[in-house]
Amino acid sequence: MKIDITKIIIFCFIAFSLFVFWKGLKNSSNYDTTQLIGSKISNFQLININNYDQYISQEDFKKNKFTLINFFASWCVPCRSEHEYLLNLSNKEIKIVGINFKDKKSNAINFLEELGDPYYFVGEDSNGKVSISFGIYGIPESILINSDLTVIKKIVGPIDQIQYDEILKLIQ
Amino acid sequence: MLSNIGISLVVLVLILSFLTIYTAYLDLKTSNQFIKVSIYKLSLFQTTFTVLSFFTLIIGFINSDFSLINVYENSHTTKPFFYKIAGTWGNHEGSLLLWINILVIFSYLFLVFNYKHNKRFRLYTLIFQNILILGFLFFLLLNSNPFNSIYPIPLEGLGLNPILQDPALAIHPPLLYVGFVGCSIYFSAAMASLISGYGGKLFAQSIKTWVKISWCFQTLGIIVGSIWAYYELGWGGFWFWDPVENASLLPWFAITALMHSLIVLEKRSTLYSWVIILCLLTFILSVTGTFLVRSGILNSVHTFASDPSRGIYILIFLSFMIFSALIIFFTKHKKETFSFNLKSRETFILANNWFMAFFLVTVLIGTLYPIFLDVLTGVKISVGPPFFNIVIIPLVVPFMLLMSIGPKFSWIKSQNKFFYETLFLMLSAIVINLFIFYFFGEYSLLSNLIFITAIFLILHSVLDAKKFINNINKTGLSRIISHLGFGFLVFFIGINHQFSLEEDFNLKVGEIKKTDNYEINFKNIKIKQSKNYKAVIGNFELTNLKNNLVQYLDPEIRIYSNPETLTYEAAIKTKMTSDLYLTMSNVSRSEYYNIKFQNKPFMVWIWISAIMVALGGFVQLTLKKNED
Amino acid sequence: MKVKSIFFIICILITLPMHASDNQTRLLEVYKNLRCLVCQGQSIADSNSDFAATIKLVVQDQFNNGKTEEEVYNFLISKYGEWIVYQPTFNKNNFLLWVLPYAVLIFGGFIIFLIVRKTKHKKVN
Repeated sequence: MKIDITKIIIFCFIAFSLFVFWKGLKNSSNYDTTQLIGSKISNFQLININNYDQYISQEDFKKNKFTLINFFASWCVPCRSEHEYLLNLSNKEIKIVGINFKDKKSNAINFLEELGDPYYFVGEDSNGKVSISFGIYGIPESILINSDLTVIKKIVGPIDQIQYDEILKLIQ
Repeated sequence: MLSNIGISLVVLVLILSFLTIYTAYLDLKTSNQFIKVSIYKLSLFQTTFTVLSFFTLIIGFINSDFSLINVYENSHTTKPFFYKIAGTWGNHEGSLLLWINILVIFSYLFLVFNYKHNKRFRLYTLIFQNILILGFLFFLLLNSNPFNSIYPIPLEGLGLNPILQDPALAIHPPLLYVGFVGCSIYFSAAMASLISGYGGKLFAQSIKTWVKISWCFQTLGIIVGSIWAYYELGWGGFWFWDPVENASLLPWFAITALMHSLIVLEKRSTLYSWVIILCLLTFILSVTGTFLVRSGILNSVHTFASDPSRGIYILIFLSFMIFSALIIFFTKHKKETFSFNLKSRETFILANNWFMAFFLVTVLIGTLYPIFLDVLTGVKISVGPPFFNIVIIPLVVPFMLLMSIGPKFSWIKSQNKFFYETLFLMLSAIVINLFIFYFFGEYSLLSNLIFITAIFLILHSVLDAKKFINNINKTGLSRIISHLGFGFLVFFIGINHQFSLEEDFNLKVGEIKKTDNYEINFKNIKIKQSKNYKAVIGNFELTNLKNNLVQYLDPEIRIYSNPETLTYEAAIKTKMTSDLYLTMSNVSRSEYYNIKFQNKPFMVWIWISAIMVALGGFVQLTLKKNED
Repeated sequence: MKVKSIFFIICILITLPMHASDNQTRLLEVYKNLRCLVCQGQSIADSNSDFAATIKLVVQDQFNNGKTEEEVYNFLISKYGEWIVYQPTFNKNNFLLWVLPYAVLIFGGFIIFLIVRKTKHKKVN
């Protein structure tokens, strides 16, 4: 076989492509938005679900050492399974904000009465637009930020034991 | 019991494939001019048992024999009879068996119909084809066996996906597979040609029927898939540049280029190396497409249930195929000299190849780039319709120009006899376009060019058709039909895109939505219980404000029980002049429904044009005369 | 940056309609260019999911506030990553994606040019 530079290049290119395919198989093809980590949350205004005249903004979060922003709804089944972890966290050095996503106020209040209320503020998001400004695409989802308003963890889906332990580590 | 019969048959085919390779290899050494009769017999037995195994699986589906895992996972006793049969190939394992059937049948037919050709060439083709068959057989037996059994035997199946219960979708895979898998035979033939040295005009003649067959079925398969997507998937579109769609389009570009290049190879005995490359590339693209679709590496609406082990196996097989093809090509090919005059038909066919290569590379890169970027840098991007449309559509303009004037040139060298005719047709096209632009609506510069060149192509083909009928020029009927169909296709897609009306809004029962052209009255909701689903049917009264025509559309939301799925059935009123399209979906926890309404002019002409393109190919197959 | 703007200008010139498109058309164009994050390969325009419905509201809001298409895309990209737009932006990551097809086109044309020229020279000889 005549050694020819074109042939070598083609060979290498094919081998490289097949290698990429093989590696690609290992990667999951489900997309999550963990790239949000490291960025700052944007400015917002959250209206209190119990008092529509009252609201908080990102400035209020600067006062907290750590804030966990948790998106939930009364009609969301997995939200129930993570609620216990939220209640545990509310006793730690972390402030939990709940954002009630596309829900009726009365249902949300009943939900919190039934399962317990870990939130120091519950914001309303009846049309879901607030969730978009936080980069949320489903519920439950939670964002952990520090006093600098930087996102240090994003949890897609309900918080489980592993996530809970990781959060505890981060807020030490 | 069916399980045992099925597996035994497949193992028999495996043994026969080994025997075929061995016997063919031995026969290569003999100086006898004719192939041993035993090889024909082996091939015939192989075909018979393969087909029998497929029938065994079909019987399993018809009888709802749930002792077979495949039938259990993909069927249900209440499925209508026709769809029970279609369920055989509507899943990964069954479709793999269909692939093997086509590989084997084509292997046998190629052997038999090419009796006039060189013995060593035919034997090598048989050997390579059977190596491919072995590869697929091992894949089936080791990883994706449709005959695996389950015990205890379940009483009921898990049900076929309701979306797959559609006549168009039932025939779409077999059509496409004849295209995809049909290219295997000229892959093997190309390898055989390189090794045996049997090339040139005779080689072109040996494979051309097979290239045409795979082209026709691939074209038809893609069209049926698009028609199904339009009527069933509920978004009013027919092509989304989805990875699975692209996987079927990539071989199509290669086969089209190959089909045109074969004409040159047969006529002028040149372009042999390029033809070989295309033969090898086409089946490689088919298997790559299969890899992309079935391994789960890509995110798509169409994917089969994905399984990484499948991906690994197909990747190994693909690597083996590509490297052997590369090695054999590099060691055996000889440098060619070319003699192409600018004003000759060969050069224009080269131009066709040029554009096909461009379209192919664009679609290939667009589909694979996200994978490469993700693996190498971790960055995830999406490449969708905007990319493909922006890159491809502008180049369709020069492509159609070349397509129109190319056939005018004769072989080797041409005079300028047709300059005035071409000029006249171009001016007519410009005038017609101006007419549409002025009277019907304004559109972008690019759209103007698209319309002008499409009309130009149509006029040329119509003129050629007239000459054909008047016996001035008795060749090229199939080319005229296909090129005319292509011109119409681009034209109607352009019209449809430019003049479609689309609305997206939320409505409650009893409300009326008024747009510039229509008044849409959401009259009421009906619930209907059907055999295997519950339907929520919306009644809509549509009034066309321009001509006061009233029509009724009834989109549905269907809730299936086995398996539990939700589908949205669009209400489509198809007329020759336009389609009215309405889908309805419920907004969660609300009384509102999200309504998508479209008026799509000349939609049905897109299908007619596309079928015309395929028809040209079928005409070629049925004509006995030597065309073009 | 200059290359990016030239590229953008060419895209606009070629596809620029002769008249301004109305808001509804612009909205639908944006919906078609956005990817539904919770679906298997569907755009916001085609998807019936909850997420798609919310995104549509947000886009409508932004349009009503006078934002352009590019601003809407940039906003959503900052929240969800580049994955959410179907038209890859022209940056150093995607440079090859946009350039390679044209490189192939030019290369192919060059080869044909060489072949034809070689034939002409043979004739002359």
